[in-house]
Amino acid sequence: MTTGLIFAKVCSRAGLHVFDHAEYPSLIRGGHNTYQVNAGSEEVFSHVRNVDLLVALNKETIDRHLEELTHGGGIIYDEDKIPLNKEGLRREDIRLYPVPLLRLAEESGGRRVMINSVALGASVGLIDFDFGMLSLVIRDVFRGKAKETIEFNIKAARLGYDYVKSKGFEKDFGRKLPKVGGKKRMLLTGNEAVVLGAIKAGCKFYAAYPMTPASSILHLMASQERYFNLVVKHTEDEIAAINMVIGASFAGVRAMTATSGGGFSLMSEALGLAAMTETPIVVVLCQRPGPSTGLATRTEQGDMKFVLHASQGDFPRFVIAPGDVEECFYKTIEAFNLAERYQCPVILVLDKYLSESHKTADKFDVSRVEIDRGLLLSDKELEKIAQFKRYKFTETGISPRTIPSQKGGIFTATGNEHDETGYLCEDKIVRTKMMDKRFRKFEQAEREIPEPNLYGSKDAEVTIIAWGSTKGPIKEAVRLLDRDGIKANFLQITYISPFPSNTVSKTIESSKVTVIVENNKTAQLGGLIGEKTGKEIGHKILKYDGRQFFPTEIYQRIKEVLHNG
Amino acid sequence: MVELADLKTVGQPSWCPGCGNFPIWHALKRAIVQLNLEPHNVVIFSGIGCSSKMPHWINTYGFHGIHGRALPIATGAELANNNLTAIVVGGDGDGYGIGVGHFIHAMRRNLNMTYIVSNNQIYGLTTGQTSPTSDKGFTTKSTPTGVIEVPINPIALAIASGATYISRGFSKEMRQLTKLIVDGLRHKGFALIDVLQPCVTFNRKNTYDWFSERVYKLEETGHDVTDKKAAFLKSLEWNDRIPIGLFYREIKPTYEDELAQIVEMPLVTQRIEDIDIRPLMNEFV
Repeated sequence: MTTGLIFAKVCSRAGLHVFDHAEYPSLIRGGHNTYQVNAGSEEVFSHVRNVDLLVALNKETIDRHLEELTHGGGIIYDEDKIPLNKEGLRREDIRLYPVPLLRLAEESGGRRVMINSVALGASVGLIDFDFGMLSLVIRDVFRGKAKETIEFNIKAARLGYDYVKSKGFEKDFGRKLPKVGGKKRMLLTGNEAVVLGAIKAGCKFYAAYPMTPASSILHLMASQERYFNLVVKHTEDEIAAINMVIGASFAGVRAMTATSGGGFSLMSEALGLAAMTETPIVVVLCQRPGPSTGLATRTEQGDMKFVLHASQGDFPRFVIAPGDVEECFYKTIEAFNLAERYQCPVILVLDKYLSESHKTADKFDVSRVEIDRGLLLSDKELEKIAQFKRYKFTETGISPRTIPSQKGGIFTATGNEHDETGYLCEDKIVRTKMMDKRFRKFEQAEREIPEPNLYGSKDAEVTIIAWGSTKGPIKEAVRLLDRDGIKANFLQITYISPFPSNTVSKTIESSKVTVIVENNKTAQLGGLIGEKTGKEIGHKILKYDGRQFFPTEIYQRIKEVLHNG
Repeated sequence: MVELADLKTVGQPSWCPGCGNFPIWHALKRAIVQLNLEPHNVVIFSGIGCSSKMPHWINTYGFHGIHGRALPIATGAELANNNLTAIVVGGDGDGYGIGVGHFIHAMRRNLNMTYIVSNNQIYGLTTGQTSPTSDKGFTTKSTPTGVIEVPINPIALAIASGATYISRGFSKEMRQLTKLIVDGLRHKGFALIDVLQPCVTFNRKNTYDWFSERVYKLEETGHDVTDKKAAFLKSLEWNDRIPIGLFYREIKPTYEDELAQIVEMPLVTQRIEDIDIRPLMNEFV
């Protein structure tokens, strides 16, 4: 994993746009792992099916991925371990670059795992990049590790690099990556962007229980605890995590938790508590394929309907689905503002593909960031109020709130139905008014949420509607269609709740052919569109094998749709 | 000065006449007055159950949450603002049943909070089913042929889990109970006050009389509250003779003490505008 990240970082530092993607089974060591780095001088939005260079540490890798090699693509492999010839592979068009990975690893004086670094050096040599840059990245990525470990890795990489050069492989390999230089971009995952957003938004309390693919949020938050003065708590379970977040927010601190589907199931009851007590909370759900443990390290968009309806009773909640790392950052900040402005739960929905894939991005524009804490009463404002009512009926449904320690602001929050003061109340009129009050907040929210993004021209031949992490592959697919002279546009639904019914309805009405693309079995967004607009989208491109769409898959299936009518 | 009248709310407790929760309610209010804790700096947290409604009847900040989750809610609030006085109340079903996981973890953290458990060995609000502390053989609506399990021993569990103030009160012993709560609130660390709280409606076995015949006060026996082994031996006594009072006390750093992030100022007072994330962004370049 680290090796792939180093290669991606070398490309990024060379000024290239990068997207990387790891596939791994739910095992600590072993199994078939891949790490794909897609780099180019133009922005890249997703992983791709076909690769130009395959680094194979075993025979299985070649058997599984040979067909993904492009014409003229190359394989770096250890010929002492994997005897290969083009005839045997039946791929006359590819180039073979045997490098004695294990022998060089042993020569470097390190352990066997150094073959990763040898292969890394060989790869960087093959694309003819500067070794100095590679050694700098190794130092950065391994920062904090023992000096000896870092030096062994650099030495092993050097041996691989020099070996490739000594054989002149780099001259033979036709796939060159340009070194464009210039702007320094970040290379980060969706989860890392969420953390940056949360810290910038002033999240001071984070509680979570480890669960793939949400755990990296916990790790990064924990590593920043002292620097940014945060309290990060690895709790006994997800129930504790969300309840602690509710407690912290009640006490006046911006607070967040993150989990995957299993943990979110455990959090469901408390989600309703946050809604009933009108306590602002941010919950990040990094989806993975279910039901149950499902495919623990793979990707899927199977939890949308669950998130929309989780917990008993009717209550409004924001559900926001960022589609790339930039949106992960800005929407996380937005999530905290919405949570406090509307005093309700906000759920950010990612998935493994977005949570764990790295993408290059310009440094986030922090000057755009605003902190809006909503109707949080100051002590001065509170003094003017004769009798404070925490759940006062207002025109907007939003009631000014206090936090413990504020004199004159005393109230008891309760999961039971209550009157304006917060006191237990089962009166039928009050009950109805309270339900209406909580929902009235959302009428304003519906007007305030931004319109969904429509990428591409209005008069396209085909309109793709999708949500979340499929954004990247879809944008790449649109490019491929464009290359064939097919004009496609793409409506990205970022706000699942409140749902932008009007825009979606109008888009469907005005488009020639509408196609829904989702990484799940039942077209959950398609169902929601039907529910909200009364419109059925006939063309559904669905995938639910635990892997993200390749852009070419979407491209081909859209062509089939257009061809078959 | 804080007076009892300051703690009055609009509502009156809905407990049954004679309920063992009334003395606990009075004792807690008296303790707050005695320690002169300003109501706006006190938060009473609870879960679900008869006793969990108590926050509504004491005029401090309150959080009446969901079943079994009072401790995590209180933990989040305490870590957000460790200047508050965090008091958690609830029943045996709430704390030793559905919430027992949180109970153990809160104690091993030694958070600075006081947990008062109304332990009536029965589920009251759901009209009389067995509880985690019901005696073996006890017949209830959900155990018509008698409870098969042995009861949870909250005192022994607390000693094993690392709580630093472990006591048991009895609803009929108001003076002692008030003192236990006062001392618990004064104690820096996790204070447990398990209270024998007769349920006059659904528990016809463990009545005021049943307890009165059995309880004796630890402070009258020369019990050494710093002796963990002695405390454990005392915690095993039940049925014939039931000790009440302080079992164990230990002074050690709280969870909050070990968080450098909040030693100088609580999270809630830290400024969140203009947080500079540029150094962290640079790490991703």
